[in-house]
Amino acid sequence: MAVETKWAFDRETVKSWSEKRNEPTWLQEKRLEALTNAASLPMPNPDKTKLTRWNFSTFENIDSDQRAIESYSDLPGDVARLAGDESKVNSAIIQRDGKVAHNKVADELKEKGVIFTDFETAVNEHSDLLEKYFMGEAVRSDENQLTALHTALVNGGIFLYVPKNVEVEVPLQAIFWQDDVKVGLFNHVIIVAEDHSRVTYVENYVSFEKEKAAANIVTEVYVGQGAEVKYGAVDNLESGVTSYIVRRAHVQKDGRIEWALGQMNEGSTISENTTHLLGDGSYGDTKTVAVGRGEQIQNFTSNMVGHGKHSEGYILTHGVMKDASSAIFNGINKIEKGGTKAHSEQTGRVLMLSSKARGDANPILLIDEDDVTAGHAASVGKIDPMQMFYMQSRGLSTLEAERLIIHGFLEPVVGELPVEAVKERLTEVIERKVY
Amino acid sequence: MTASTLTIKDLHVEIEGKEIVKGFNLEISGGEIHAIMGPNGTGKSTLASAIMGHPSYEITKGSVSLDGEDVLEMEVDERARAGMFLAMQYPSEVTGVTTSDFLRTAINAHREEGDEIPLMKFIKKMDKNMETLDMNEQFSTRYLNEGFSGGEKKRNEILQLLMLEPKIAILDEIDSGLDIDALKVVSNGINNMRGESFGCLIITHYQRLLNYITPDHVHVMMQGRIVKSGDASLAQRLEAEGYDWIKEELGIEDERVGQEA
Repeated sequence: MAVETKWAFDRETVKSWSEKRNEPTWLQEKRLEALTNAASLPMPNPDKTKLTRWNFSTFENIDSDQRAIESYSDLPGDVARLAGDESKVNSAIIQRDGKVAHNKVADELKEKGVIFTDFETAVNEHSDLLEKYFMGEAVRSDENQLTALHTALVNGGIFLYVPKNVEVEVPLQAIFWQDDVKVGLFNHVIIVAEDHSRVTYVENYVSFEKEKAAANIVTEVYVGQGAEVKYGAVDNLESGVTSYIVRRAHVQKDGRIEWALGQMNEGSTISENTTHLLGDGSYGDTKTVAVGRGEQIQNFTSNMVGHGKHSEGYILTHGVMKDASSAIFNGINKIEKGGTKAHSEQTGRVLMLSSKARGDANPILLIDEDDVTAGHAASVGKIDPMQMFYMQSRGLSTLEAERLIIHGFLEPVVGELPVEAVKERLTEVIERKVY
Repeated sequence: MTASTLTIKDLHVEIEGKEIVKGFNLEISGGEIHAIMGPNGTGKSTLASAIMGHPSYEITKGSVSLDGEDVLEMEVDERARAGMFLAMQYPSEVTGVTTSDFLRTAINAHREEGDEIPLMKFIKKMDKNMETLDMNEQFSTRYLNEGFSGGEKKRNEILQLLMLEPKIAILDEIDSGLDIDALKVVSNGINNMRGESFGCLIITHYQRLLNYITPDHVHVMMQGRIVKSGDASLAQRLEAEGYDWIKEELGIEDERVGQEA
């Protein structure tokens, strides 16, 4: 590798930090093993983007001395607004630099046996369960250098466990706020939906400082038989943050996952979203919208892999590119041998708002089974002049017509987000990014 | 509101270097309904789109003015805000934008900033007009024209007409693809607009629409210009006898643009 990586953290530092946190042996060992392996592992290799000049190591600390914020009203306005009006929030966990800043979890969740807690508490109170899933089947520690670093340095996140047959009606919210740019955001989210359970989760990643910073984020979702998970996310980290984001799901027989990802980071971003449709009749739907501006470089990969029979996998990606930004949108539908009667579809559309911007919609179908149906559509282009003529002929100015067309174009994800406040904030972010 | 006048003088329109409209003259005033009839390929739709400012059409000669203001100097949206409206033959689909949001934005574009239409007033107006047009209430929350049938698109165009209340409207083949019931409903909507402050140019090649909307003036377009004008009885004669008698009268062999003898 051309990059010389300087490890800010050696074995002793990680070990004593883990001990300070009273972590169980399995986790400490997993961290140390990953740290040892990291240096010799390759960097991730997203299609069509070279990472040789990317720096994922601009952090000095992994530990923050941030304290909890007792009262909701003492949260900074921009953070509180993400959660919405306090009276309307049912269950939300707000973390600042990996530490819980504010925590509100409805009693009814506990009564149903649902675990919805921060990563550190989960390590202490649900160690056995966590061990089963953390950097488990969905994302392996030794996949690449960044997943290994993630394992070694994970410092925040959420553990959500929904027992068999339990349905959680209200959406559960998480906000991950990077306040101190010196603290790396090594955030880990695990959702386990046992058989025939149902849950909706929505998260926001946010930062407000423009200095250089690093984010290394992993999500693992385990969807049991006949279970249903809706996963909404809005990423909005500032321009100095270099992000590596992996969100994956394993879906068992007749299980369903629906992703709605609003990828609004301002900095360099590699984001991969993969769903393995393992069981027969499993269903995956992933919708991603992204906006690139400035000189941002981004790479988005949506993967839908059908293993089971009669699986259904859908990918929709809409990107808006302005200024001198560039982005690759890889959409990969794969059907493994044996995945008979599987159906997959993908749509990738990129709207170019500037002649200096670059956008690439890259649809890939990898089919190893004959008896399947698959479709794809991809396009890169400017706003349709006929749409503009139509809307302007009703009196809308060029700007208003473009605004409506762009918001409409990004609506597939905005419309899916389950919490009104999150939806409104995403609309605001889009407005800010585009204009 | 006072009556407006749209004046079109010696209009010539080209598309990709080919002249389609060749010396078109007409004046439409508030209170008048004009119908332009003619077979396919005679330049009717090109005329309609060009007047509204379609980006693919180039006006090479002539003038269009609204109450003395030069329309051709205006941007498309300025034409709309000046009181012009074009109901399109093939309206665009706009995904993610509901018909209701679009219309509210359009109405507000016609109003001053700070004087936006109150939401309740908008909803009432929308409900009333949708009822007139016999439209399902789900319509307003569907994305603009997306997945609409041909007939639904036409109704949606007329809904927009009723909502925006223009001074001068051009309706481009608003009747094509409509069954008889839909035709009655759409005609009813247009008739509701009739009055001193509303002038209208209806483009059609079927006389049947004119059974429901009686025009004050009927014009026949061939080879890119008006070749004959009359009152409503002209449309009836065309329905009964076709266009051949006009061609014979004027010595035209092929009525289409570019086929001049």
